Amino acid sequence: MEVVRHDVIIIGGGLAGLRAAIAVAEEGLSVGLVSKVYPMRSHTVSAEGGAAAVVRTDTGDSHQLHFLDTVKGSDFIADQDVAEYFVGEAPNELIRMEHWGCPWSREPDGSVAVRAFGGMSVNRTMFAADKSGFHMLHAIFQHTLRYEHIVRYDENFVTKLLVEDGECRGAVAIDLRSGVFRAFTAKAVILATGGCGRVWAFTTNAFINTGDGLGLAYREGSALSDMEFPQYHPTGLPGTGILITEAARGEGGYLLNSKGERFLSDPTYGISSRMELGPRDMISRAEIMEFEAGRGVKGRYGDTVQLDLRHLGEAKINQKLPFVRELAENYIGIDPVHAPIPVRPVVHYMMGGVRCNVDGETSIPGLYAAGECAQEGLNGGNRLGSNSLTECLVFGSRTGKVAARRVAESRDLPTTALEKQADDEEQRVQNQFYSNNGGTERVGLMRADLQFAMERNVGVFRTREGLLEAAEDIRKLQERFKNVKLDDSSKVFNTELTAAMELQNMLDVAETVVAPAILREESRGSQARRDFPERDDERFLAHSLVYRTPDGPRVEWQAPVLTTVELDAIPVGKRTY
Amino acid sequence: MAASNGVGAAHSVDLSAVSSVADMIKMTVTRYRPGDDPVPVTESFFIPYHDDWVVLDALQYIKDYVDGSLSFRWSCHMGVCGSCGMIVNGTPKLTCAAFLRDYYPHEVVVQPLTNFPVVRDLVVDIEDFIHKLEEVKPYIIRDDLAAAPVGLGNEYRQLPEQVEDYKQFSMCINCMLCYSACPVYGMEPTFLGPAAIALGHRYNMDSRDQGRNVRMPLLGSSEGVWECTFVGECSVVCPKNVDPAAAIQRTKLATTNDMMKSILMPWSKR
Repeated sequence: MEVVRHDVIIIGGGLAGLRAAIAVAEEGLSVGLVSKVYPMRSHTVSAEGGAAAVVRTDTGDSHQLHFLDTVKGSDFIADQDVAEYFVGEAPNELIRMEHWGCPWSREPDGSVAVRAFGGMSVNRTMFAADKSGFHMLHAIFQHTLRYEHIVRYDENFVTKLLVEDGECRGAVAIDLRSGVFRAFTAKAVILATGGCGRVWAFTTNAFINTGDGLGLAYREGSALSDMEFPQYHPTGLPGTGILITEAARGEGGYLLNSKGERFLSDPTYGISSRMELGPRDMISRAEIMEFEAGRGVKGRYGDTVQLDLRHLGEAKINQKLPFVRELAENYIGIDPVHAPIPVRPVVHYMMGGVRCNVDGETSIPGLYAAGECAQEGLNGGNRLGSNSLTECLVFGSRTGKVAARRVAESRDLPTTALEKQADDEEQRVQNQFYSNNGGTERVGLMRADLQFAMERNVGVFRTREGLLEAAEDIRKLQERFKNVKLDDSSKVFNTELTAAMELQNMLDVAETVVAPAILREESRGSQARRDFPERDDERFLAHSLVYRTPDGPRVEWQAPVLTTVELDAIPVGKRTY
Repeated sequence: MAASNGVGAAHSVDLSAVSSVADMIKMTVTRYRPGDDPVPVTESFFIPYHDDWVVLDALQYIKDYVDGSLSFRWSCHMGVCGSCGMIVNGTPKLTCAAFLRDYYPHEVVVQPLTNFPVVRDLVVDIEDFIHKLEEVKPYIIRDDLAAAPVGLGNEYRQLPEQVEDYKQFSMCINCMLCYSACPVYGMEPTFLGPAAIALGHRYNMDSRDQGRNVRMPLLGSSEGVWECTFVGECSVVCPKNVDPAAAIQRTKLATTNDMMKSILMPWSKR
């Protein structure tokens, strides 16, 4: 098997992976950037609303305030030392993106503009109209083209990490174009594979968001953490799940029930002072409660609430929210200038991920994680909108630097054992997916069954019974997967093979979501338990850690860091707005 | 055919609400399996018709429930990642934005993008474009970039009207529809092509950039704008209104102005 050597291997070419690649290349080291899609296809491209940082102070903003909002938004299980570092670095990273050509929207004096976002006390979200992720991704991808040290392996699907003597030293990937396997060896490997929204049926996420990095790390013994907290975004288009950005509310949009009421004023929802600018977990819950009270607007795909932008006027919609208008017109035939947009909660983002520290270091030496696939401690039970693009930059950058330091400090090791592992891995894929094993199970059917099992029982509101049923559904699907049968036996661009391996990752991820959700007998952040409606700090002021064992997932708990260096630490308190 | 529990994972919420399928639609797709097919062939599938499905949903349905070996690229399903460009009934389209209802009850014929080598089925080889993208140096070039201080208050100032100068040309999603529609690229593969030129122009027009003189030799060369015969098909098919034809015309004008200045004022700096 061909062996490709780099100082650092980065898996994933979205915002976090590209930022990490630049950080490594700036140290003069060589980067192998391995992605299953061309980088500009990565899901960063779909982010719309913007990226948060203290880039203006005329709004009354400060690091302390951004920090407070983030920790409160997390329902107090963010690691406060990590959140402190994040708010400090955020302005540097976003202005660096400005220098790298991102077409940020501007104030009349030419300074960068900021807009309101949910759970943020002041306007602090930088934006490029409502295609912020698209512009950031293209700008940073284009910027990477100047670094000859960054070598891309586009459309290469990683099937396994190479871990030898307890250290991660590379990965095996299949080149989709040729079907050829290659072993990538390095002194550090950074996972930047994004989220796993496709584990659910109804999601804003791209088809590619199948939790590949999460599965890779989990199978090597690394802990996945806070996986019981997927974020439900309150404004997805019914049917497709296409995201209508929170910026629509940041710019002044209203959410209305079937009676035409701005229902978020109801004090039982706990966000009456912020209304449409409350945090996502609380608004999504309020929407479901409106549905259950019979105040949803019935539609072809079930209940919705209405996102009303009409009072903003055509000029503002065109200037600030042109993509919202385009999406609503194209996909549901509604022009928001003249009619409200039907929306409902939709799986959007994964607060959890591969457990790592502020440096991106996981429990496996040499293995790092950054971006949505990482759980470095920033987001806790609920991420604030517009913190995640910034998160990709801040922690992508830092993790890249730390990985580069590891390269400088490690010695060269022989790769014979790695090559053997890689050969074995190729053989495994061959045996499992190409040989005529008498299997009968279709990838597409199993995927749909998983997605609807999650949709049924692992939604906004959960119960023990439902979660246990989901766990059993997943276990059965894992059994069925052993009987997988592919129609496609060819080597060239075999996307049924990659779909099968993606499904394997999704099944692994699904069990790490459900196991801690069952054990977390409380309601916190995006997990709302009907049988345990209150937050229980006594028992669950903690991150979950899920480890893979032969007998199924094992869950441990880890206290969050509640101390800081310079900013004032935030005492754990009641979370209302 | 489909099991009772699913009519395609693409459209996903509460499928029971929409599972009564009265009508079918004929999808005819290009198949090409290197090693098996000496040349591309076509294959037809009759699948359930849904008025809110896009062509990509139909392809996904085929892959999930009928023939898993059908290969195509896809990602965002919302018209912004640029993966799913194909020829639909003769026209380059994003298949995630081409609705079945616009073709029904007629058949939908899906082919790989023209002007590119076919890798497999509906997947084409776009490496030539990726290389051209790199060649136009699509990034901010200025001497003080590496040393520029960052953080609060350190952005380069850019007035809203200066953003407008290049904004349109920054909207390209690299979907390749313009290359597929461009007769010149079809004849002269050395031609830089609409999207790459538009991107070069985008950075030339950015007030933060000082790299115009580095880019112009290539943009103004025979492989650059002067290859274009101004057919304008690129702008017609562009799903994001980037108007690459306008970028090409403006670059031609800039090249001509540069040339005239150098003739009229040979000693002056441009």
